[in-house]
Amino acid sequence: MEKKEFHIIAETGIHARPATLLVQAASKYNADITLTYKDKSVNLKSIMGVMSLGVGQNADVTIAADGADEADAIAAIGDAMKKEGLAE
Amino acid sequence: MTKMLKGIAASDGIAAAKAYMLVQPDLSFSEASIDDPEAEVKRLEKAVSAAKDELKIIKEKAAANLGAEEAEVFEAHLTILSDPELMGNINNKIRDEKVNAEKALKDVTDTFIAMFEGMTDNAYMQERAGDIRDVTKRVLSHLLGVTLPNPALIDEEVVIVAHDLTPSDTAQLDRKYVKGFITDIGGRTSHSAIMSRTLEIPAIVGSGSATTTISEGQTVIIDGIEGNALVDPSSDELKSYAEKADAFAKQKAEWKELKDAKTTTADGKNFTLGANIGTPKDVEGANDNGAEAVGLFRSEFLYMDASELPSEDDQFEAYKQAVEGMNGKQVVVRTMDIGGDKELPYLPLPEEMNPFLGYRAIRISLDRQDIFRTQLRALLRASNYGTLAIMFPMIATVKEFKEAKAIFEEEKEKLIKKGVSVANDIEVGMMMEIPAAAMIADKLAKYSDFFSIGTNDLIQYSMAADRGNERVSYLYQPYNPSILRLVKNIIDSSHREGKWTGMCGEMAGDQIAVPILAGLGLDEFSMSATSILKTRSLMKKIDTTKMQELAEKAVNDCETTEEVIELVKQYTK
Repeated sequence: MEKKEFHIIAETGIHARPATLLVQAASKYNADITLTYKDKSVNLKSIMGVMSLGVGQNADVTIAADGADEADAIAAIGDAMKKEGLAE
Repeated sequence: MTKMLKGIAASDGIAAAKAYMLVQPDLSFSEASIDDPEAEVKRLEKAVSAAKDELKIIKEKAAANLGAEEAEVFEAHLTILSDPELMGNINNKIRDEKVNAEKALKDVTDTFIAMFEGMTDNAYMQERAGDIRDVTKRVLSHLLGVTLPNPALIDEEVVIVAHDLTPSDTAQLDRKYVKGFITDIGGRTSHSAIMSRTLEIPAIVGSGSATTTISEGQTVIIDGIEGNALVDPSSDELKSYAEKADAFAKQKAEWKELKDAKTTTADGKNFTLGANIGTPKDVEGANDNGAEAVGLFRSEFLYMDASELPSEDDQFEAYKQAVEGMNGKQVVVRTMDIGGDKELPYLPLPEEMNPFLGYRAIRISLDRQDIFRTQLRALLRASNYGTLAIMFPMIATVKEFKEAKAIFEEEKEKLIKKGVSVANDIEVGMMMEIPAAAMIADKLAKYSDFFSIGTNDLIQYSMAADRGNERVSYLYQPYNPSILRLVKNIIDSSHREGKWTGMCGEMAGDQIAVPILAGLGLDEFSMSATSILKTRSLMKKIDTTKMQELAEKAVNDCETTEEVIELVKQYTK
């Protein structure tokens, strides 16, 4: 299992368009990927799950991937986070 | 036997076609416990896959007929149906609790809907609740073996029969096949009615019982001129309506010839006929109908179609598009008119006992200057691309107008200092919709470059009668001498200061009101684009000297609305 923490800097947190893009990035990988915020974990391949967490600005979230392509998945999600201005 | 339905004539024209019932089927179900969860999961999968197939077809159709934007919503629906979290939860519920698929689907989606609807600070998420609701209905319909109406799939000429039409319903309607429509509820200013006029589709609203009287496939004649619908007409009736439709088409063709003509009365006086628009896209319809100006550009759409306050750049683009589209003809933009019955999910306003008498329009703008200044900057920047004018809604006092105008001047100065080019002849005016303002029109006319009379609000505030309340709707009396006196005072006051007055309410395109208003010297009449040519044709027939006499009598001698109507009929015979 591969894990990485992110500090969300985007003013609006993870919602709408950035959430969709994160889900799209995650869905390209076979590994099981979860997003954890305040002790609640959701499937990062689920837009409804991600949006239901209501991640706001300054939140600390953990992304974990479990599967053969876990390392690639975490790297790609990190890139997407940066590109969307969600995290540094 | 022919059945006749009476309603409110919402949009001119005659149509006859088969009825298409845009009515939701019964989606109620009974909860049941099941023995074979795996079979139930399979049953759900089948329904979901059928729903997906259906959505794909609808999406393609919508993209081809209506454009990519309208098709997007169906893509969103497909994404929801592919969501592992949602589908996983439903399957788990079937397996763990051994309940039928209908119950599991409903329970799980209800949880998500409640969660999204609870995010009151986020309009985008609240809209997703609507999407989930729509998707749930579609899957349920497949589980229950009933068919949902899919207006995007219509491929023959129809008359739409509905309880009411929502914006999302109308977005799916293809102008090519939808020949007319009739609804149970609504009035002349409801969404469905305004939409029908924009699309130029004959329509009747507020029929009371269209959905219960008409059934799928029956032939229906829609007479949008009189507000009558005939269900299952005889061949004679069909023939006589075909003749009426021909006559109407001929009249319309005659009106079309006036498209590029000036608005001139029989005695050679000129008036300006403008269009009311809601988005920059409506400019096309305004031009097609020979508008000489845009007398009202409601800027609300920028705020209402967004999930957060619109940026200066987004607003600038919209205003620029509108003024450029009008090719130098004046476009009057009304600054934000939020509050009253218009709410913004991302700008929560305190709940009020009387929202129409509360915190709305310019009252918000003067309080939330950040929002107001952003809008003014966008408008100022767009002013250089055509002829732009600005008006403030709901001004009640001289002080309010001066304050708003001062903020405008400040922003203008700042932009000029920064080197942004701004037109130096922007007219800054105000809406006349509060009786108190109408009474001191002479004072306001010293500061305001023009007045625009908003009749819907002016009438409701003068009569102290909520126009949405059916019990007091008889008090909505545009021709009442009381209203005419206010209108006269506004027009005369502006003229004494060398200013002009327009009108941008429903009354400006009303065939009874137009002769009186012409007599009172109203300078600009702004209305639904589709009413312009009809009004220009009417103007050609009237003599302003005679209309001045008519207006004089209506204002001074008449006691009631009925007397005024009678008088107009005498004078325009």
